Amino acid sequence: MKALRWYGKGDIRCESVPDPEIEDSRDAIIKVTSCAICGSDLHLYDHFMPGMKKGDIMGHESMGEVVEVGSAAKSSLKVGDRVVIPFTIICGECDQCKRGNFSVCERTNRNGELAATAFGHPTAGLFGYTHLTGGYPGGQAEYLRVPYADKTHIKVPNGIPDEQLLFLSDIFPTGWQAAVQCDIEPTDTVAIWGAGPVGQMAIRSALLLGAKQVIAIDRLPERLSMAEAGGAITINFQEESVIERLNELTGGKGPEKCIDAVGLEAHVSMTHPDTILDRAKQAVMLETDRPHVLREMMYVCRPAGVLSVAGVYGGLLDKIPFGAVMNKGLTIRTGQTHVNRWTDDLLRRIEEGQIDPSFVITHTVGLDDGPEMYRTFRDKKDGCIKVVLKP
Amino acid sequence: MAHHRSGSRQSADALARGLGWFSIALGAVELFGGRSVARWLGMERHERLIRAYGVREIVTGVGILASKDPTPWIWGRIGGDALDLATLGKELNESDADRDRVGIAMGAVAGVTVLDVMCANALTGQSMQERARRWDYSDRSGLPRPADQMRGAASDFQTPRDMRIPDALRPYKQPQLQGRPQPSM
Repeated sequence: MKALRWYGKGDIRCESVPDPEIEDSRDAIIKVTSCAICGSDLHLYDHFMPGMKKGDIMGHESMGEVVEVGSAAKSSLKVGDRVVIPFTIICGECDQCKRGNFSVCERTNRNGELAATAFGHPTAGLFGYTHLTGGYPGGQAEYLRVPYADKTHIKVPNGIPDEQLLFLSDIFPTGWQAAVQCDIEPTDTVAIWGAGPVGQMAIRSALLLGAKQVIAIDRLPERLSMAEAGGAITINFQEESVIERLNELTGGKGPEKCIDAVGLEAHVSMTHPDTILDRAKQAVMLETDRPHVLREMMYVCRPAGVLSVAGVYGGLLDKIPFGAVMNKGLTIRTGQTHVNRWTDDLLRRIEEGQIDPSFVITHTVGLDDGPEMYRTFRDKKDGCIKVVLKP
Repeated sequence: MAHHRSGSRQSADALARGLGWFSIALGAVELFGGRSVARWLGMERHERLIRAYGVREIVTGVGILASKDPTPWIWGRIGGDALDLATLGKELNESDADRDRVGIAMGAVAGVTVLDVMCANALTGQSMQERARRWDYSDRSGLPRPADQMRGAASDFQTPRDMRIPDALRPYKQPQLQGRPQPSM
């Protein structure tokens, strides 16, 4: 089969690899009908996340049709089922899964010791996202082996296009959880840093959950126009001061709820000298991540407010103003998304027409064009916000 | 389809081209006349550094002239200007440097830096305006009705207990005490 494989910084290749096979009785194989490039894939593409090996298959947003089922997964899946595959691999049986904390499943990360070395404890296995999270081949391929498939799937009905359902795998529940973690009140202003795919989903989630005011912060006009379409007031951080404008929009009090939909690769800009310093430190391995957004959120958030961090961070961050967090009594909520916790509800909302997540797709190409689209998406060229691949 | 550029974009492009040629010319002087430049400034011990800066100028100039979008190269020039000013500024404290000439050189670099910054800002602003015209996603709401009408449409959702904010952080509501006049807030 064809698959997109990682070979190093900026080097993704579409190559032929052996088809996946059932390795465990809980496995299933799906024929991928649609998959997507995620913003967090760019952290691998730019080689800011450790733990990749040459030849690893990329991708953690996939859906398709079940073509083979292991004996222990037959109780919940059968050949021909249409499924979206969540990016978190879950056993459904451990203490964390039982609590709904699927992204920290205790069993599915087969390299748990490696993750524990980095993070103190293992987190769930993820598709196509480094050997720290299990080194599982990803879904930017014609076929995908799904471990723990009896639990790691979302059954979806026929009759709804892939484009409306695919993002149940990651960005829609991720944006939703980012907003849910804010526990939005009708009086709240929710400020969202980053109007990429997750930011766009968070904007609409915050609106649907009833925020009085949603504010999106980015610099690219095409992303800001999409954010406005979703009901957000926009701030272009290259043209105006984010902190001044947020205070202006909230009567000087700051937003009650702040969402980070940027993560470890904050834009490096002459207008934000801390980002230049972070980039320099990254280059000489004195820091792994560029946490400009965290700094800004901590500073501008209203006292007793909530910071919800959906953006991916990987390691060690410098100059975090924790004094502001402590003295203002801020609450920080974060974590990879507990995808399956939200997907029944979100699927219902899609079916009822409350939201159509396909609005975010700007490019649809075949797998062969995947390497080129990684570059286009990374460089933010051609108005690219979300790429869907059709194997 | 041919892409027509606005007048202000054309002026910014023209300024960038001018800076590109200037960069190559200055680079050639520094690279091939490094010894004379160093002697004039009283910085003979930095002759190799001046030649290296010359190479940098030539590379940047070629980058500006050869690329479709010179914006990152112009920002690169600004970085180079900062490096030049830092190098020259350090020389002001050195006894063997000709401080008057170093001062003149710093003034010249500062002048060009102003042009570089103007050019970079103009190019960045123009390219953003072009992007906005080219990729307008203002019709992509993903919502069935105007956004304002969809506010709170998911109010049937119950925040799970582990994701609720503490009660003490909820918006303050005046307690309703029976039989007592409420203070005006």
